[in-house]
Amino acid sequence: MTGAAAIVGVGCTEFSRRAGRTELQLACEAIDAALLDAGLRPVDVDGIVSYTVDPVEETELVRSVGFEQIGFSSRIPYGGGGSMGVLQHASAAVASGTADVVVAYRAIRARSGASRFGAAKTAPSPTSGHSGTTAMQWCMPFGVLTPASWMAFNSVRYMHEFGVTSADIGRAVVQLRAYAATNPAAWGYERPITLDDHQSSRWIVEPCIHLLDCCQETDGSVALVITSTERAQDLPQPSVHIAAAATAGLFEQEIASDHYRPDLSVMEGSVALARRLFDDHGFRREDVDVALIYDAFSPILLMQLEALGFCGFGEAKDFIADGNLGPDGSLPCNTNGGLIGEGYIHGLNLVLEATRQLRGTAANQIGGARTALVSASRTGAILTVD
Amino acid sequence: MEPSDAPRRPAPIVTDDSAVFWDAAAEGRLVAQRCAGCGRLRHPPRPMCPQCHSLAVEVARLSGRGTVYSYAVLHHPQNPAFDYPLLAVLVDLEEGVRLVSNLTGTDTGDVRIGMPVEAHFVATAGGATIPVFRPAASA
Repeated sequence: MTGAAAIVGVGCTEFSRRAGRTELQLACEAIDAALLDAGLRPVDVDGIVSYTVDPVEETELVRSVGFEQIGFSSRIPYGGGGSMGVLQHASAAVASGTADVVVAYRAIRARSGASRFGAAKTAPSPTSGHSGTTAMQWCMPFGVLTPASWMAFNSVRYMHEFGVTSADIGRAVVQLRAYAATNPAAWGYERPITLDDHQSSRWIVEPCIHLLDCCQETDGSVALVITSTERAQDLPQPSVHIAAAATAGLFEQEIASDHYRPDLSVMEGSVALARRLFDDHGFRREDVDVALIYDAFSPILLMQLEALGFCGFGEAKDFIADGNLGPDGSLPCNTNGGLIGEGYIHGLNLVLEATRQLRGTAANQIGGARTALVSASRTGAILTVD
Repeated sequence: MEPSDAPRRPAPIVTDDSAVFWDAAAEGRLVAQRCAGCGRLRHPPRPMCPQCHSLAVEVARLSGRGTVYSYAVLHHPQNPAFDYPLLAVLVDLEEGVRLVSNLTGTDTGDVRIGMPVEAHFVATAGGATIPVFRPAASA
């Protein structure tokens, strides 16, 4: 799906550890801000898209925001790995004429909600239980109860195959926290870390995930407004074109793990995703001015850099050590601090940051950014401005 | 048995699709589905063979011998049902099936990718038993 739709509005709440209000209210606030940013009203909106795990029900959202003519709604599976799928669904709906203006949202209380998002759970939750899937069914009796533990097996195998150390991974985290330190919206604002800080933080999962390798558990919401490129020309913000959007769903993929795929040292979903985003749409890796890559846990940032083709397999540690993720590197990456440094709105804050970069309004603005990649394991998009 | 000595490990969530594995495990047998159409083993269980679309299924007894494909030493967050650090493993069984499980009987620092392991069964809360692994006797 190429070039038919654009992001014309973005909105968010503050990112915190205790929002003190419901996910429904957080979604309303973010959507209200996004529509204001877009110069549109609820009556203009005819499509809504979110994640299957989002707790905000369409019925309550519609009657709270005051939508009046919803003709399309959808939800994306696979948790955070599906996060960029909202861009694919929205742009497909717009391109096909199914919808004219689509709102994509994610609202989450990952820290103060009924259960912390990263907590060790032995019973399914109402909104993200996965009781029929590998997470609960095949991991729970063995104490593999958390996103960090689901994701650890591939990280350990990756480190084994390519001789990657925790310090190699930590250098990426130091860069993320450097970005976060100068982003006032970030959890890590004014709190950069050293590699020693990273290495001395406690083990979450040994030998791959220290505490500082983990994303935040964040309360907040992000909303996007997407419409046709034609209509976008009449709206106040610079159009951020969804130049390519894709999903790569492979056999035996799971949520936060792929335990039964033969080779866990390579994120093959991201390899397939990159083929669709870059090769099928005529983009080159060097076209990307800024990359926003799903960093729920830092090892998968390295694995995605390789799978997406920004460096060779096993070379991410050197690519990072050479400073390529920094503001003056070849691939400024997660310039908001990422999910690790800014906060975890389940990936959608990476799209918020990409949009700001392309508008030229980011806290850590990369000069002349015209093309951004947003990707989350199995879903992604290439965004551009004229 | 005092309640404090009762197995704390949570019982598996058994569904109609997965009962073939857990019911056998509760009787101390390690099994996988084998497609009656094309003969391929598969795990986790599922109602249809993804290769040949046969719905006919047999139950194959597995040897319990395998090697560690990957591992994870879990420290935090902790759940009262388990002891930490907890050694979790992905085991590639010799028949070509992979399982998520635990490795017992070894220090967490001694686990290695590729090490030979063999299955044994441990009790869960609620009276089930499930397969976990220990270093192979011949290793």
